[in-house]
Amino acid sequence: MSNASIQAPVPGVFYRRPAPDQPPFKEAGDSVAVGEVIGLVEVMKTFYEVKAEQAGTITEFLVENEGAVTAGQVLASLTSA
Amino acid sequence: MPLRKLLIANRGEIAVRLLRAARERGLATVLAASEADRDSLAAGLADEVEIIGPPPVRKSYLDPAAILAAAERSGADALHPGYGFLSENAAFADEVREAGLVFVGPTGDTIRRMGDKAAARRTAAEAGVPVVPGSEGRVEDPEEAARLAGEIGYPLMIKAAAGGGGRGIRVVHDAAELRDQALRAQAEAEAAFGDRGIYLEKYIERARHIEVQVLGDGERAIHLFERECTLQRRHQKVWEEAPSASLTPEKREELCAAAARLAEGIGYSGAGTVEFIYDDRTGDFFFLEMNTRLQVEHPTTEMVTGVDLVRAMLGIAGGEGLQLRQEEVVLRGHSIEVRINAEDYRNQFFPSLGRVDHLRLPGGPGVRFDTLLYPGYDIPPFYDSLLGKLIVHDLDREHALGRLRAALGELDTAPVVTTAGLFSLLVEDPDVRALRFDTQWLEQRLPGLLEEAGAAPTETTTR
Repeated sequence: MSNASIQAPVPGVFYRRPAPDQPPFKEAGDSVAVGEVIGLVEVMKTFYEVKAEQAGTITEFLVENEGAVTAGQVLASLTSA
Repeated sequence: MPLRKLLIANRGEIAVRLLRAARERGLATVLAASEADRDSLAAGLADEVEIIGPPPVRKSYLDPAAILAAAERSGADALHPGYGFLSENAAFADEVREAGLVFVGPTGDTIRRMGDKAAARRTAAEAGVPVVPGSEGRVEDPEEAARLAGEIGYPLMIKAAAGGGGRGIRVVHDAAELRDQALRAQAEAEAAFGDRGIYLEKYIERARHIEVQVLGDGERAIHLFERECTLQRRHQKVWEEAPSASLTPEKREELCAAAARLAEGIGYSGAGTVEFIYDDRTGDFFFLEMNTRLQVEHPTTEMVTGVDLVRAMLGIAGGEGLQLRQEEVVLRGHSIEVRINAEDYRNQFFPSLGRVDHLRLPGGPGVRFDTLLYPGYDIPPFYDSLLGKLIVHDLDREHALGRLRAALGELDTAPVVTTAGLFSLLVEDPDVRALRFDTQWLEQRLPGLLEEAGAAPTETTTR
């Protein structure tokens, strides 16, 4: 077990849901696989998927839904298997 | 009553444009800005800045309560919404007026009426403005659809009544496929929108986008001729011209008179744009929609008519009425505007972010650059990619193209990549020069255009 994080690929606004009326991609405590989408970042009206680069369990989201983020900012922490 | 203090509920280049017009009229200016726009060019120019919220637009520029609170704190007596954001939100226009401010634009009722597709279409038809032939309202069963389709003619579109933004549309080419397609469209509409209502509309295959600028004071309305905005990518205009070089003088008169008649008929107040699709093979034009606000491409109209549209809007809002008669509006020369977006057009239009270290803006006679840029500006990622608009004006289209080519060569925003390079390619394109395009042309031409440019030897000489 080691600690890891998921970072914003580009600066912009972080979304935890695929659409406002849909449930979040992931909640704290959920497990993620490599390449799995955990959220979106909107930059200049274009959306980029945020993907986990390693498998593990999300311990915490560090940015709330619709929060402003910088490139490389940690969005979620996880413990990798 | 003359206006005293104007709140600008917008950002970017249009906020700068509005500030300048307000200042010329001696108005005090307040900019409603998000936290990400504290260092914007507009914030530096405004007399006062009111911070309305965090960077995301839903919490700032799209938050009516935050903007109304800023208006109250600042003591502004008028509000200009610019374009986009809340500019066509009827409820917001009503709230601004209920708060005792002048809303620089039409009434909430007018915005509501022209914002509803079906109501706008009906209003246009009543004013004698041609609308796209189609079923009046919903079509219930495939038999009825087949009968109506015969009257409308093929090709036609089946649209979901509850759809919008291009969703729920099917193109049908002949009677043989109609029944089957109508049944499918109903099932799809039911699944997607919970409403199986459909309607039919004639499909104009090779259309140009032509729009007419209007100004009204609630009683009288005039037109300021037309713009052609046929060059589009993903339904977004990228290149606009005034006037349209595709129209004959007779067709121009017919189109522009129809728009002015529509505006006067609804008692329109302020600046507005009536959009049409135009089929230059048949000479038919059809009403598309009306935008009840200032448009991005308004400067091209200003260049060829000499009328300052924002000044006119502020005058009308201040109760001065329309200080212009139709016969005083005269066309002079040709204008072209291109949208300078922070996008890497060679890399799928990927947003290009960062700090503009070098800034060299084009200048000289007949060259205007409306922008939010200044040297050292750090482009925020939260908003659209429009950095500025390069507008040229000259004697005729041929000269204007030459002026555009030269001005594009002067622009430098390094290291931020913009769409200027794309326009440098388009300005040389034989189809663009000869007006051989429709609204789908650019999207189809792009891959070839970029490939040819990538192979060109000029690539290495620009280092």
